[in-house]
Amino acid sequence: MISGFVFRALEGRIVAAVGILLGIGILVPALNLLTPPDSALHIPTYAMSLFGKYLCYALLALALDLVWGYCGILSLGHGAFFALGGYAMGMYLMRQIGPRGVYGNPILPDFMVFLNYKELPWFWHGFDWFVFAMAMVIVVPGLLAFIFGWFAFRSRVNGVYLSIITQAMTYALLLAFFRNDMGFGGNNGLTDFKDILGFSVQADGTRAVLFFMSALMLSLCLILASAIVRSKFGKVLVGVRDAESRVRFLGFRVENIKLFTFVVSAMMAGIAGALFVPQVGIINPGEFAPANSIEVVVWTAVGGRGTLIGPIIGAILVNGGKSFFTGAFPEIWLFALGGLFIAVTLFLPKGIVGTIQHGFKARKALKAAADAEKGRGDAAAVAQAQAAE
Amino acid sequence: MNTISETRQKSLLYLENVSVSFDGFKALNSLSFVVEPGELRAIIGPNGAGKTTMMDIITGKTRPDTGTVLFEDAIDLTKKDEADIAQLGIGRKFQKPTVFESHTVWDNLELALNRSRGVFATLFYTLSPEDKARIEEILETIRMTHRKNEYAANLSHGQKQWLEIGMLLAQEPKLLLVDEPVAGMTDAETAETAVLLKEIAKTRSVVVVEHDMGFIRELGVKVTCLAEGSVLAEGSIDFVSNDPKVIENYLGR
Repeated sequence: MISGFVFRALEGRIVAAVGILLGIGILVPALNLLTPPDSALHIPTYAMSLFGKYLCYALLALALDLVWGYCGILSLGHGAFFALGGYAMGMYLMRQIGPRGVYGNPILPDFMVFLNYKELPWFWHGFDWFVFAMAMVIVVPGLLAFIFGWFAFRSRVNGVYLSIITQAMTYALLLAFFRNDMGFGGNNGLTDFKDILGFSVQADGTRAVLFFMSALMLSLCLILASAIVRSKFGKVLVGVRDAESRVRFLGFRVENIKLFTFVVSAMMAGIAGALFVPQVGIINPGEFAPANSIEVVVWTAVGGRGTLIGPIIGAILVNGGKSFFTGAFPEIWLFALGGLFIAVTLFLPKGIVGTIQHGFKARKALKAAADAEKGRGDAAAVAQAQAAE
Repeated sequence: MNTISETRQKSLLYLENVSVSFDGFKALNSLSFVVEPGELRAIIGPNGAGKTTMMDIITGKTRPDTGTVLFEDAIDLTKKDEADIAQLGIGRKFQKPTVFESHTVWDNLELALNRSRGVFATLFYTLSPEDKARIEEILETIRMTHRKNEYAANLSHGQKQWLEIGMLLAQEPKLLLVDEPVAGMTDAETAETAVLLKEIAKTRSVVVVEHDMGFIRELGVKVTCLAEGSVLAEGSIDFVSNDPKVIENYLGR
């Protein structure tokens, strides 16, 4: 049963993508750690962390694609789940600073001392324990998605209305996390991290492991997403996207189907956020900004929604392009980015991967038609030859 | 003559004095309607007579303001939602063919198959030999075995209608509600659909809403004519089409 579920996931393209991801996950850290800094093959640590950040974005885009591309739920608030996962990781990292903070308080993080906190707020307890913090990375986004989805899907909020309330959700969280008395560092967020599991966050070795973990988690989530999409459940998902009422009248509980997918997706986004934070060294309320969530939609659309590889490629390409343009043409980079989005929407409505797949399918169909034609011609020739005899 | 309680006991579907209004417009006006087990019934009536609203009420899409809706004389359908009612054994075909266009014909039928529909049951589902045989049997019935690997989007209008009927069969319903099955079909397709529906009605009850009088004549079954939300006449096609009220309200126009 379970083996069938996993086995179905390992279709050719997915295996190849996982192979490439894990290859990069090993090769990049190896080139960073094992080559001397003046070697042509050396990858500097900042570049590795930058690419590690792209991998986290790719995982976020994959999570969004699962709900948007396959289930038709356009979430404009997935950045919220990403940020919550990031905050859970950030809280762990804050507790690891211990007495090394500016104020030297062994229990309270610096910002709490500064804001005259007398004791640790109740929701900060447990976050000094790595396993607990990692559980919270998936539990908190999953729980929010569950509560949100429970009400939204049960009351059959659909389409653009759902998109608007997801946007409102992330905006509300943005405002809440900006407040100092929320206990999450307010405007400045959480930063100045020192250790993760006893290893320095700044060290090359730690960065290398974080990079590998990003590639690994992305691969595992890709396999999970593939298993879901290729199961009968995945076919029902596409059914919900294309003809929701038909699914309902076939006797499926559409609200449960959506809820499950939304929660799984939110958990993936949480993992992405947790891996993102130690690599960029900060988490602040800016991650809840509505524009961030909309950007995720753009990456997914550029790569190709409704394909599993597409959002990964889209996230890496768009963010890579963003980094390149901001460096090369700081004045016009926003225009270049805007131009790219317009071009993709106009000329590649299925996204990059979607267009390639469509092209392959069309070529295959053409070839099949040509073969059939040829086959018929041959058959006719044979018949004629037989008649002549 | 049967008493009311006897009629109710024998019925598969029992509607009594069902009324519903939308913004003051009475879509159904104390409608009473009974379907017996194994019956094939045709419903006619002008636009706005309440045919689709009646189906909405039976399948749980709309709740009636007043009235009784019973399935098998025991289950109050007004308390259930679409998924519950589908699982009880009431299948519905929409006016516009609604199939999963990005799935193959085979997958469409596999999804419709009457199996456990929970999240985890579907996640870990594998096609069993019995299910495979059942799908192949349905493909035969709807005459689409040769197109089983075709995407539903590539089917003709008539084939989509048949596929949707096939999906309803896969659901193994006790009662099938079919909304305008031959709209937009060629004459040959219409005739084949009549044969198909008659075949299906051998093992279950079927209610067909249709405007095509030729098609209804071909079915040769009891006809109910609705107008302004209630039953105008009921009986054989000849009886109903000679009723002066029916002629005035529907046929004559």
